[in-house]
Amino acid sequence: MTALQVSALVIVTLCGTAIVLTPSPLRQTLLMAIFGFALTALFFAFQAPDVALSELVVSGIALPLIVLSALRRLADQKRHASGQDTTDPAGSDEPGASSPGGERSER
Amino acid sequence: MSTRARTALFLVAGAGLLAVLLIGLHGLPAFGDFRGSLSHAITTRELKARHATDYVTALNFDLRAFDTVGEEAILFAAVAGVVLLMRNIREEDQSQRRRRRDQHRFQGASQALRAQALLMVALTVAFGIYLDLHGALTPGGGFQAGIVLSAGPAVLMLAGRYLTLKRIAPDWVVELLESGGAAGLTLIGIGGLVFGGVFLQNFLPYGTPNELLSAGIMPVVSIAVGLEVTGGLLLIFSEFLDQSLLNTTRESEQQ
Amino acid sequence: MSFLPFAVGAWLFIVGLWGVVTSAHLVRTVICLGVVQSSTYLILLAIGYRTGGRAPVVADISPHSRLVDPVVQVLVLTDIVIEATVAALLLALVVQAHRRFGSVNPAKLRALRH
Repeated sequence: MTALQVSALVIVTLCGTAIVLTPSPLRQTLLMAIFGFALTALFFAFQAPDVALSELVVSGIALPLIVLSALRRLADQKRHASGQDTTDPAGSDEPGASSPGGERSER
Repeated sequence: MSTRARTALFLVAGAGLLAVLLIGLHGLPAFGDFRGSLSHAITTRELKARHATDYVTALNFDLRAFDTVGEEAILFAAVAGVVLLMRNIREEDQSQRRRRRDQHRFQGASQALRAQALLMVALTVAFGIYLDLHGALTPGGGFQAGIVLSAGPAVLMLAGRYLTLKRIAPDWVVELLESGGAAGLTLIGIGGLVFGGVFLQNFLPYGTPNELLSAGIMPVVSIAVGLEVTGGLLLIFSEFLDQSLLNTTRESEQQ
Repeated sequence: MSFLPFAVGAWLFIVGLWGVVTSAHLVRTVICLGVVQSSTYLILLAIGYRTGGRAPVVADISPHSRLVDPVVQVLVLTDIVIEATVAALLLALVVQAHRRFGSVNPAKLRALRH
């Protein structure tokens, strides 16, 4: 086993655990992309360039775009439900709900 | 069931599952000690005859192509599901949207970002086409190329040219891409049935290794798969982003 | 040491399941399911690896050199792309669920309880 493989495995383990321990879906999306890049490095070290390329494009382009736009739509629906009131509605009952709200207020 | 009870139950079940998994995985050949006879037969006999230099693509688009058709069917069904679910929502808001459609532009992107986006679209699409065509030679092929190709228009959407994009590539074009890719793959399979007697049997000359037009049906299958993945992902992006971007423009107008 | 890839795979599987079970946000459930899926990629590729083997691309190396197994790589390669579209389907379901029931917390989807 090469040093590259061992270090990639360690990073993958850390990133995977960090994703699960993060409560906010928005932060999870960022971590998910980093996790994907770690997996890309690992697959490369496992001599699988095709798989690495596939993981790179999926975790770098497709998944973050889909998840972020889904989060955005959830935030929109939430605001819509509470009558265009922008003072962060319905954010108190769910731990993850604060993240789409945070994204909204930054804009 | 309360959250605590569920967590406690999982702690017990998860520990058991982890133990069973570790015991099971321990029974596998050690890491780095793979000696599958099937794999050996494939690489020494079958793949060399196919004149492809990327064995993974050769397996994917020729030897195991029937399975690829199945995977494509999953992709197709998933995209159809997304479109069904999201259009159901969209139609409820349709009247609102139609009124505002023409007067809206996404305000969030600066001129510099838009110019960069145009440059990126060209580069991304060129790279995607390269990946798609060279699948049999170097790492790449229809699956990866499809995602890269769909990233080009996605950049355009994010840089605020969403409505322009809708004019250049309306939904029916994207849908045609996706279903055309799926139909193309099936037609290639039927071509194998007609010319070779077996579904997805190779019926094109294998050519010289390391040349673009080699490896029989692989480049054609790669193009069909690439079209389907591109179309499918673009449909998903546009279904998800549609409402969000229009809502953004509504807000920026209010402010 | 040679057991490390399999151990990491098993760990990711369990940790991802833990995320699914304890999740209070449906988007989070989908992301954690992705972690579970990644563990299968890791284990499959680890099975097909050969010490000192090279990538199964013979454009500039001899086809007779020691190669890692291409078969498992194909299995993983297609599944990664399918994962993205299936995740999109799950997220579309989440958006619909939020629209119908007004919450993305699985414990609060009362209409599913009887």
